[in-house]
Amino acid sequence: MRRGVLAWLSNPWARARFLWAVAIAYVAWTLLPVVVAVLFSFNGTRSLTSWQGFSTQWYAGNESSVWQDPTLRSALVQSLKLAGLTVLIAVPFGVGFSLALDRWRGRASGTTNFLMLFSFITPEVAIGVALFLFFVQLASGVGTGFTAQVLGLSMYMLAYPVIIVRARLLSIGTEYEEAAMDLGASPTQALRRVLLPLLFPAIFASVAIVFAASIDNFVISQQLSRDASTQTIPILIYSAARRGPLPSLNALASLTLLASTALIVVAAVVYRRFTRAERRAA
Amino acid sequence: MLPFFVILAIAFGRVDPIFLTPSPVYNPLRWDAGPFGDVLSQIFTSGSVYQSDFLHTLAFVFAATALCLAIGYPVAYFIARHAGRFRTLFLVAFIAPFWISYMMRMLAWINLLQPNGYVNRILGGLGLANTQAPIQWLNGKPLTVILGLTYGYVPYMILPLFGVLDRIPSSTLEAARDLGAGQVTTFLRVTLPLSGQGILAGIVIVSLPMFGDYFTQTLLAGTRNTAMIGNLIVSSIQSSLVQTGASLVLILLALLILPMLYYLRATAKATELVAR
Repeated sequence: MRRGVLAWLSNPWARARFLWAVAIAYVAWTLLPVVVAVLFSFNGTRSLTSWQGFSTQWYAGNESSVWQDPTLRSALVQSLKLAGLTVLIAVPFGVGFSLALDRWRGRASGTTNFLMLFSFITPEVAIGVALFLFFVQLASGVGTGFTAQVLGLSMYMLAYPVIIVRARLLSIGTEYEEAAMDLGASPTQALRRVLLPLLFPAIFASVAIVFAASIDNFVISQQLSRDASTQTIPILIYSAARRGPLPSLNALASLTLLASTALIVVAAVVYRRFTRAERRAA
Repeated sequence: MLPFFVILAIAFGRVDPIFLTPSPVYNPLRWDAGPFGDVLSQIFTSGSVYQSDFLHTLAFVFAATALCLAIGYPVAYFIARHAGRFRTLFLVAFIAPFWISYMMRMLAWINLLQPNGYVNRILGGLGLANTQAPIQWLNGKPLTVILGLTYGYVPYMILPLFGVLDRIPSSTLEAARDLGAGQVTTFLRVTLPLSGQGILAGIVIVSLPMFGDYFTQTLLAGTRNTAMIGNLIVSSIQSSLVQTGASLVLILLALLILPMLYYLRATAKATELVAR
């Protein structure tokens, strides 16, 4: 410890102490407001600005708690439904898509890759408006609402599984599949029994990321939302935040935070466990 | 079939706003540039609402991007060079905002910036603000919007900066020092030029979504004198001025196409290097 302090003091990079201060201030600045917001979801009274004792009434118990207020509860249910269905559509399509891209190569593959990245960097409001007009004008049979939200979000989220699974496919290479087929497996068998298990960590990571990103998505879900019945948590926070909200809104936001944190941690652990053997071999 | 469907869907999604006016015209030969030109000339009319919204957007994005760089660079440099055994901890702390919902982060600040919130109380406690007349942070202050945008997007700046700074081998820096360069010279003539790509990528990644941002402004200010392009687009669409909204989206994309292409080219190059 003593040596650590001495080494730190005699650091040839003299600005290090200044940088330490900047970095710690940065972490405090990014995380403290969120910590305070979570704390206030446990406040004893309706106030969001002064702390008056601990209570869980804003989660359940109070008539305007997350559990009992119909608007908050419906937003929670709606967000979970939307994120769940988006995962169910975007991940299988994305996996299939990346397999196809990996096999094709050539021009078409390059173009689609380009388009995928394009949807990442286009300002989301442009995509949201485009999807809105698409569902209202061209696919007017669908219109706005839950179906449009699921379809639009799945299209937007497709890029995540494609990028993650493609990276994994590149690192796996074609040897295992070829070996399986040399040993008598049909292409389908090779895919199902060799390639898919090898892709599992990437697929699992995609599920976690798409779910977390869908639950937090605001612009596209808002543009495609029809009325109060298709309000998700971010839309609700957006419309209620400036109208004298109660701590139950913080409670709702904290629940989302808990869900996405848990999911990301599980995904990271699973990904590491499944690729550990490979990293050891390499 | 699958990729074709997606290509079509993406192409449709992206191309639609041009043709989809209340009565869509799908034949490019019969397009009427009139309404689009009207919107465009509005923007160049000094004193018009459109022009002032565009100017707000440019000013806010410029200021917030500069702040992101000023905050992001030292932090990224620190994590890459000095964090030592706390490196993983700091990495986790700075990735955390990525999975904390943007709305939650804004909500947190709305709570703190209330007239009787913690920010004013701390400022009052330090004697920096008058406790009798609390600062109205949320009543249309451009400064609040700029700081909100900075807070929202700064993690996206740190990521590419960390990427390039982490890849500069310490032997290069030692060589510069051995050859007699001081700390400042080493930084200015070795580290800074070597991180140029990361700085550019960071600026592009941060400013592109800011140009389309409308929710930060609505949440933290919500007044006409801080409105941005995004607000203009969304309010046009919501008040059935669909054609105006679509034209504005196009103008926004035309404005951003160069940085977007730059970023795509840089990414493609990086991928090629990895594949090789």
